[in-house]
Amino acid sequence: MDLNGSQMLIEALRKENVKVVFGYPGGAIMNVYDEVYKQNYFKHILTRHEQAAVHAADGYARASGNVGVAFVTSGPGFTNAVTGLATAYMDSTPMVVISGQVPISMIGTDAFQEIDAVGISRPCVKHNYLVKDVSELPRILKEAFYIARTGRPGPVHIDIPKDVTAQMGKFEYPDEIKMQTYKPTYKGNPRQIKKAIEAIALSKRPVLYIGGGAINSNAANEVREFAKITGIPAVETLMARGVLEHDNPLLLGMLGMHGCYSANMAMSEADLMIAFGPRFDDRVTGKLSEFAKHAKIIHIDIDPSSIGKIVDVEYPIVGDLKNVIEAMLPLAKEQIDESKYKPWRDLLNRYSEIHPLRYQDSDEVLKPQWVIERTGKLLGDKALITTDVGQHQMWSAQFYPFSHPRQFITSGGLGTMGFGLPAAMGVKKACPEKISINFTGDGSILMNIQELMTAVESKIPVVNIILNNQFLGMVRQWQTFFYDKRYSSTDLTMQPDFVKLVESFGGVGYRVHTKAEFDEALKSAIESNTIAMIDVHIDRLENVLPMVPSGGTLYNMMLEYKE
Amino acid sequence: MKEMRRVLSVIVLNEHGVLSRISGLFAGRGYNIDSLTVAPIPKTNLSRLTIITSGNTKVLEQIVKQLHKLIPTYKVIESSAFVEKEMALVKIPLNEDFNGLDAMLKAYNGTIANSGEDFIVVMVADDYDRIDSFLKAVKKYNPVDMVRGGSVALDI
Ligand SMILES: Cc1ncc(C[n+]2csc(CCOP(=O)(O)OP(=O)(O)O)c2C)c(N)n1
Repeated sequence: MDLNGSQMLIEALRKENVKVVFGYPGGAIMNVYDEVYKQNYFKHILTRHEQAAVHAADGYARASGNVGVAFVTSGPGFTNAVTGLATAYMDSTPMVVISGQVPISMIGTDAFQEIDAVGISRPCVKHNYLVKDVSELPRILKEAFYIARTGRPGPVHIDIPKDVTAQMGKFEYPDEIKMQTYKPTYKGNPRQIKKAIEAIALSKRPVLYIGGGAINSNAANEVREFAKITGIPAVETLMARGVLEHDNPLLLGMLGMHGCYSANMAMSEADLMIAFGPRFDDRVTGKLSEFAKHAKIIHIDIDPSSIGKIVDVEYPIVGDLKNVIEAMLPLAKEQIDESKYKPWRDLLNRYSEIHPLRYQDSDEVLKPQWVIERTGKLLGDKALITTDVGQHQMWSAQFYPFSHPRQFITSGGLGTMGFGLPAAMGVKKACPEKISINFTGDGSILMNIQELMTAVESKIPVVNIILNNQFLGMVRQWQTFFYDKRYSSTDLTMQPDFVKLVESFGGVGYRVHTKAEFDEALKSAIESNTIAMIDVHIDRLENVLPMVPSGGTLYNMMLEYKE
Repeated sequence: MKEMRRVLSVIVLNEHGVLSRISGLFAGRGYNIDSLTVAPIPKTNLSRLTIITSGNTKVLEQIVKQLHKLIPTYKVIESSAFVEKEMALVKIPLNEDFNGLDAMLKAYNGTIANSGEDFIVVMVADDYDRIDSFLKAVKKYNPVDMVRGGSVALDI
């Protein structure tokens, strides 16, 4: 079949079963948009900024597990998209982002809206392509989707010059693909697995350290089963929230800088760590030389470069987590006696009792933790939770009762303010039957506020709950703790009327000061079935606790803040 | 941890931008490149890079893994048994006294590559540390310019 480059792109998306594309047109990608207009395989959603298009595709991918797709034009369209690519790269989201480029004959001439897009995206994508001839396009598209979703997932960027989008060529789109150089390892080495199980059987104080890989590998059921069979207590990273259900008796909670006491103590006192797809981020480990220093480490990851990057590992296993745990389960059943760990579990449960996650509720002013807990109580697993970045993000991770993987969607690795609203739109497109909640801050929400228009136009109801402290709260907290309260450029008392703001876009807004007002606003916002903003005025100076100060040790947490 | 010198032979798809992926990887992650040579492998779609790098054990392990992780990487050879050679060219004014030059060239697998009106250019090919000593020794002929080619290596 002979098609032009733009038609090839459309056909490839159809073959890849893409249902929605987020994007923003411009000169270099107009041929593609002309074909978008003519087709009805997928829906194209016009965002109001390219960064938001990529975040929306990212949210879509994280919620659905499928590859998210975004289109942007050359030059500024592409550079606007870079933050989105970097966000997806750091959190290993499968995505294909297509950018227009100036015609091949003009590349290198500093043409209008020309920028070296593959040069810029190279360090923040899993792979990228500059298409030099239309004959390569079908193969490149096929490879891009394959690379994005296999192995350790990640964003792939394809830069297509305008003349290539018009050139005619033969379109053959293979069902299967084999690449000469790229072959991820899925099966764990059986000898290593055997050794790992033996190490677990010999250990007295093992801990499961669950990371985002458990979600990418769709391994939640296997992780739950493994925990149940072995009786080994578990901690989750920010990216792994929801892998174990919140009321699982083995789940101690999140670990790390704002993790709970028992989770961090479990890491500090463990004699064996079983790492299920985490990446030992510095926000998790604290001071490295003191991190889990009594523990031998079993590290399972599909990305070999992740293993041994930060800490030395005694039992490395390269493979797909789901696959590896499946292989571990029968051996674990035979060799591991869960009753052996009872004293260890009892100790950790005592830690949880002594220092649970807590906050001081108040009748005078709303506490952010209450707002999140309350939302969790009212909506539970009916809602998917997206966040922006800051204190509200940490409180959401701490206090929302997650019950399944892909329920919590947040920018963990890059920590991108402005991620929340567009990502929550992507989430809603992926799971229309769920309520899409975006917990955000009065700082973050303004970083992609223009997306209210997209949500109204494309009828994507998202409930934004602004935990409004009139501060860049997280930065303010560090200034309080470590900079003698010099609140340099963090005061946000100057702010818009968020209710009027959302109304001017055609959505609904609520201002909330009390618990009763919150309940009412949440109910009404959900029933409105349109984009909603609940501006919740909270205690301005509330801090996220406990806390491991940057570079501190996990076993030495700041449990409360004293003036 | 101790810094070590390491020879890496990297086989990659010979395609657009592959060198920038590799040099970008080294630059972005703060790894050292002491020398880098690249050329296509005849009758294939592959190229061979010889990279001389240095770092502690942990860094060297990461370098190899990160190279592997690049999509166009076919193979990373990090064997300790390499035949490694480097070439150098040196330009010497003709008015010098060339006494002993022949013997020196012989000792370093060298020869006179070109002889012009004002200069001769000599070439040598030897182990990289012997190239060091050659370039030191040849100074007595007051060379006006010199260039080294970077190591090439084959695992044995
Ligand atoms: C794009 C971007 N710029 C700056 C930062 C640094 N930063 C991290 S948290 C934060 C404050 C966020 O304030 P807000 O959105 O109001 O949330 P709060 O912490 O008050 O809950 C800032 C500025 C960031 N993470 N992302």
